[in-house]
Amino acid sequence: MRHLLSAADLDRDAAVGLLDTAERMAATQEREMKKLPTLRGRTVVNLFFEDSTRTRISFETAAKRLSADVINFAARGSSLSKGESLKDTALTLQAMGADAVVIRHQASGAPYRLAHAGWLASAVVNAGDGTHQHPTQALLDAFTLRRHLVAAGDAGLGRDLAGLHVAIVGDVLHSRVARSNVDLLHTLGARVTLVAPPTLLPVGVEAWACATSYHLDEVIAEGRPDAIMMLRVQRERMGAGVPANGAPVATGFFPSPLEYTRAYGLDARRLAMLPEHAIVMHPGPMNRGLEISADAADSPRAVIVEQVANGVAIRMAVLYRLLAGEREAF
Amino acid sequence: MAHATDDARPDRSADAEVLSTEVLTAGDISRALTRIAHEVLERNKGAADLVVLGIPTRGLPLARRLAQRIADVEGVDADRLAGSLDVTMYRDDLRRHPTRPIGRTELPDGRDDLDDAVVVLVDDVLFSGRTIRAALDAVADLGRPRLVQLAVLVDRGHRELPIRADYVGKNLPTALGESVRVRLVEVDGEDGVRIERPAPAAGQGGAR
Amino acid sequence: MGRPTDATTGPTAGPTTGPTGRYLLRGVAPLGGPRTDVLVADGRVAAVGAEATGARATVVDADGLVALPGLVDLHTHLREPGREDAETVESGTRAAALGGYTAVHAMANTSPVADTAGVVEQVWRLGRDAGWCDVHPVGAVSVGLAGTQLAELGAMAHSAARVRVFSDDGMCVHDPVLMRRALEYVKAFDGVVAQHAQEPRLTAGAQMHEGVVSAEVGLPGWPAVAEEAIIARDVLLAQHVGSRLHVLHVSTAGSVDLIRWAKSRGIAVTAEATPHHLMLTDELARTYDPVYKVNPPLRTAEDAEALRAGLADGTIDTVGTDHAPHTREDKDCEWAAGAFGMLGLETAFAVVHTLMVATGRMTWADLARVMSVAPARIGRVDAGPGAQGRPIAVGEPANLALVDPAARWTVDPASLASLARNTPYAGRELTGRVVATFLRGRPTVLDGRAVPPGAAS
Repeated sequence: MRHLLSAADLDRDAAVGLLDTAERMAATQEREMKKLPTLRGRTVVNLFFEDSTRTRISFETAAKRLSADVINFAARGSSLSKGESLKDTALTLQAMGADAVVIRHQASGAPYRLAHAGWLASAVVNAGDGTHQHPTQALLDAFTLRRHLVAAGDAGLGRDLAGLHVAIVGDVLHSRVARSNVDLLHTLGARVTLVAPPTLLPVGVEAWACATSYHLDEVIAEGRPDAIMMLRVQRERMGAGVPANGAPVATGFFPSPLEYTRAYGLDARRLAMLPEHAIVMHPGPMNRGLEISADAADSPRAVIVEQVANGVAIRMAVLYRLLAGEREAF
Repeated sequence: MAHATDDARPDRSADAEVLSTEVLTAGDISRALTRIAHEVLERNKGAADLVVLGIPTRGLPLARRLAQRIADVEGVDADRLAGSLDVTMYRDDLRRHPTRPIGRTELPDGRDDLDDAVVVLVDDVLFSGRTIRAALDAVADLGRPRLVQLAVLVDRGHRELPIRADYVGKNLPTALGESVRVRLVEVDGEDGVRIERPAPAAGQGGAR
Repeated sequence: MGRPTDATTGPTAGPTTGPTGRYLLRGVAPLGGPRTDVLVADGRVAAVGAEATGARATVVDADGLVALPGLVDLHTHLREPGREDAETVESGTRAAALGGYTAVHAMANTSPVADTAGVVEQVWRLGRDAGWCDVHPVGAVSVGLAGTQLAELGAMAHSAARVRVFSDDGMCVHDPVLMRRALEYVKAFDGVVAQHAQEPRLTAGAQMHEGVVSAEVGLPGWPAVAEEAIIARDVLLAQHVGSRLHVLHVSTAGSVDLIRWAKSRGIAVTAEATPHHLMLTDELARTYDPVYKVNPPLRTAEDAEALRAGLADGTIDTVGTDHAPHTREDKDCEWAAGAFGMLGLETAFAVVHTLMVATGRMTWADLARVMSVAPARIGRVDAGPGAQGRPIAVGEPANLALVDPAARWTVDPASLASLARNTPYAGRELTGRVVATFLRGRPTVLDGRAVPPGAAS
């Protein structure tokens, strides 16, 4: 593994291997002394073209716990906004001797370009690109699912998610989290149902390794999901939409926030309909009252805070996998 | 990884001719461990504060067996003596190998750290000493032991660091081109230690 | 092959220059027919067969080469004025000559836009001065391509550039009233409106074909219906006002069906396919390399096959290159930031030959029809002293392309004449190569190399 660009690049063994490594990493994080010397002398650059404090801090923590040097490079704008081009930024990072570049970018495929255009030799980790992929999010979700629904600690080692049913609910169209999770959870043997209004499912979704539904109540009642993952829905996608620099007003994907919440929000009623063992997940940040009610978000079945903690262990595992071994050839 | 000898062994294709000599039998291993158990108790005047940490892979079952022998003599619970210590993330040679899987680190029952413990590290083969160097770092991250000692089944020489074993099952002079193969029931289905060396290539008498 | 040799020294000698303007094409196969000799003199085809002799002529060993009427492109972006860093009239027309073209239509989306007689005459003169091939400027339909007010179509038609093709290419004439007016207005001078069919609201922010691949790679989709809806509207408008409509870069199977239907109703619609839509598919977007980013986007394999079938059965009338040079910085970036467009002039013949002729789906006469005869007729450049797309017959202007159907070559961006490097065929092997091009009897390309105007005569 030279880069981590897409959850689809991981086969079952590679994915389980990362979950197992994350389990080891998580164990070290329960100690008083949390820092390991493993990546001493390695440089990890967090290259964030898009604001995401939580993801950046998660990667930064992971790198620092492994003793890597961390450089945070908040790139203001890309060539899209006529700032410095991605290529020039890459050449700069190459000159700085970055061993790994963790990139968050608003353009789908930017990490792939960074890894394959020949601009730099570093390992590239996709920390979220446009509406494409967010593989470490999917890995931490799979890790959380395995710990809760398969087995925690050593008992979970080597295990995948075979037999689990996960419902992913919300704005699939614009969600890199949904794409990554469909790929990874399928690879790990879980069954995924995407639940969304038809306007928020992409054309072409029929080719994905999952089922789709427009009806949340039906999926909960009949599908008996073991976990329900609520996706963030942006208010500006609702109703009449917002005018963008004088362009015609965009047509919303849904009539109103209220109608969305009624049909697709996770509230106390739907929470009660879920199987008793089912867990509630959300990649954050949440829109309380829109896709998830306070009852659901704060219920004991919500593992949302734990997802955040697991993010550090997963990112340690990914950095370990990419940087702690022999350099793999191009 | 198939075995836990130190490192830097020459590569050998599976079908290469290999000369193999048994140097320790199952009985030899058992007797060595029994002797070491008594030496540990004698040197430390009992099992108080004792923690026996095996280094994966084959240090683990050796540590369990050693702890059991000590427990039998002292009448204590072996689970309160034996643990495991993964040193992978402390190694200095990570970049020379494909990424290694990380093993388990687990302290004996009843312990949260190694503060004031008497730690006996257990490994199968002592070679360059680099694994033990990594293990000392790993131990330090788990607390501040009163004393750290080292027990190995085989010491094959060729040290690259100022490290020596406190308890040795057998000193085994070897050439660098040879490898020491430790096999244990828990991992390999049988007990035994063999020295392997590449056979001289047949039919090419001195032509090279 | 194609090496000009002195009549007395045999085929291995290097190029020599014969008397001005006389070339004997020895052993050439016009439209892939029987081998014969063709004498070019005084800018015309002077003799064919036994009467064609080498006296005082430079002999071109054309044994094994096929002669085609010089290719005519209805869809070229020369970028001058405004983006001379990407292409100039000189570099673009040299690339055209190397691709076998003797005439190109230069699209109006320059800076300033070719929406006045002044700009189209400037482009026309730059083309004439460069001398590589005829340059026929396309006039903008609307002022500044803004889609609101008709440009001075009449002034452009009556300028020295004699504009007959009008297009806002790059932008769709999406306002149905403006489109109706344009279709009506150009009837006065036998013009044609060439539509870039793209419903703008359905394609806001679009990056690639909307389908299975876009869903996976997470790029905003450009649905087929956004093209088809405009084509459906426009053929009905053309029928209603009794005008000619040319549909640029048809890219979907549904569009082919609509055009077939319109033609069956007798509507005066013609349609173009580009080499890249015939050969390439949206699977290439998986590389996120903007060299594969083009508008309309590469579609599915089924769409490409429908285009090939439509080209073979005559539903699609022309192959237009949509040659769209871009600077390296406009392509060396993330997909979303990359510019739309691909090079085409130097590879178009080989792509069409590889896909259609080498496979037996089309004859050489069919290839000449879609790459020369039909584009010349649609652009109304098929008559008069500068006539293009004419038969290879005695007395006709000697606009010719000699091609080697057996040549297999691998596209190397660095070896292209275009200033830009954004060819989507880099590293691909194609069959068939242009060996020589004659513009009114003067070789612009010999032995696969450009011959600067003035050098050969």
